[in-house]
Amino acid sequence: MKPAAFDYYAPLTTEAALALLAEHGEEGKILAGGQSLVPTMAFRLARPATLIDINRIASLDFCRADDEVLRIGALTRHARFETPFLPGPLGALLADVAHNIAHTPIRSRGTFCGSLAHADPASEWCCTALTLGATMVVANHVSERRVAVADWFQSLFTTALQPDELLTEARLPLRDESWRYGFYEFNRRAGDFALAMSVVALRLEGGVVREAQIGLGGVGTTPILAKDAAAALIGQAPGEAAWGIAAELAATCFEPTEDINASPEYRRDLVRAVTKRALRKAVA
Amino acid sequence: MNTRHITLNVNGTDHAIEVEPRRTLADTLRDQCGLTGTHLGCEHGVCGACTIIVDDAPVRACLMFGVQAEGRLIRTVEGLADGQTLSPLQQSFWDNHGLQCGFCTPGFLMLATWLLERETMIDEAELRHVLSSNLCRCTGYQNILKAVREAAKGLGKWTESAPA
Repeated sequence: MKPAAFDYYAPLTTEAALALLAEHGEEGKILAGGQSLVPTMAFRLARPATLIDINRIASLDFCRADDEVLRIGALTRHARFETPFLPGPLGALLADVAHNIAHTPIRSRGTFCGSLAHADPASEWCCTALTLGATMVVANHVSERRVAVADWFQSLFTTALQPDELLTEARLPLRDESWRYGFYEFNRRAGDFALAMSVVALRLEGGVVREAQIGLGGVGTTPILAKDAAAALIGQAPGEAAWGIAAELAATCFEPTEDINASPEYRRDLVRAVTKRALRKAVA
Repeated sequence: MNTRHITLNVNGTDHAIEVEPRRTLADTLRDQCGLTGTHLGCEHGVCGACTIIVDDAPVRACLMFGVQAEGRLIRTVEGLADGQTLSPLQQSFWDNHGLQCGFCTPGFLMLATWLLERETMIDEAELRHVLSSNLCRCTGYQNILKAVREAAKGLGKWTESAPA
């Protein structure tokens, strides 16, 4: 349970980190919070030849609301969101989500952007980012580009991020006050990876749902959007009848895999439950 | 061998050491600094036995590398007692039989020390939420919870949970 040897760099600027990434290519790995990478190295499932530790790059340690977006820098830890970072429903959602990520000491170190770059299918932030329509800002040593979250998650632990690129920032849209949010996840023990989770966003106007997104996590190789379930809510009054229809569509919108934790039928049932509970929380 | 010369500040004392970057902070504290109070159980971030406080935040010392801790303020279980006088939390563990074999105790003590030093009040739900981070293979959880609860009461940090 000891990581293999590696060359260690702790650059002080993003430019220096990107130059190191360009130099070391696929052998170089970014170390941010390390809460997934270091265990993987301890098991020697990962043996990067070079670690580029970004923890001393002060310019990546930011989290702020700018105009229409919440800009989350690469060193923003999960714990930053536990006491609401923003007023209103979005701040409450992010606090609720953060509180459900692993355990307190993991949240001291682990980062929002690191979760998105790692792309664990049961990651709470990945499901949240997909549901809310995040934008990723990624850079290599020559340029910067933006990637819509819809193009980000490609498969298990695989994103649009290239080996010479660093996810410097994630942006969440700040929506107006007619939006409500809800989150619910199920796991057998506190802090475990969720067997299923749902993040929902609803725009309510005139007593009915005008727009909706329903995200699911822990149910496949990447987080997914339950589009038919969300569409079924449009024009409906919020309440158990509408939630039941959406939850049913969410439970059948994916092909569940069978694993040691859940049979396909059980996982569908969990999705039905977490979707309904997330919807209830959104308008509670 | 690929090593670095670094200085770690642990419990207010500087330790000038030579360490491989691949060594975790927990191993570095134990083997390079000679501070074996920090225990290693799972070595992959699950059990919490190696929990310490770095810059006022609880962390898993098996999930940081020693070289990452240079310039940080590190606190370990060795820093809790004042000479032969136990900290209020340690005394509460003693008084409430909060330890059995003692292997998980340093991790629980550091996690709970952080909890008790926060400005917010602690209720039963928060106590259980935070302490769920660590495992006790003796399964002596009830007395660990009791020890921290009693320590919180003694420090004026306890509040009864709001009725559901």
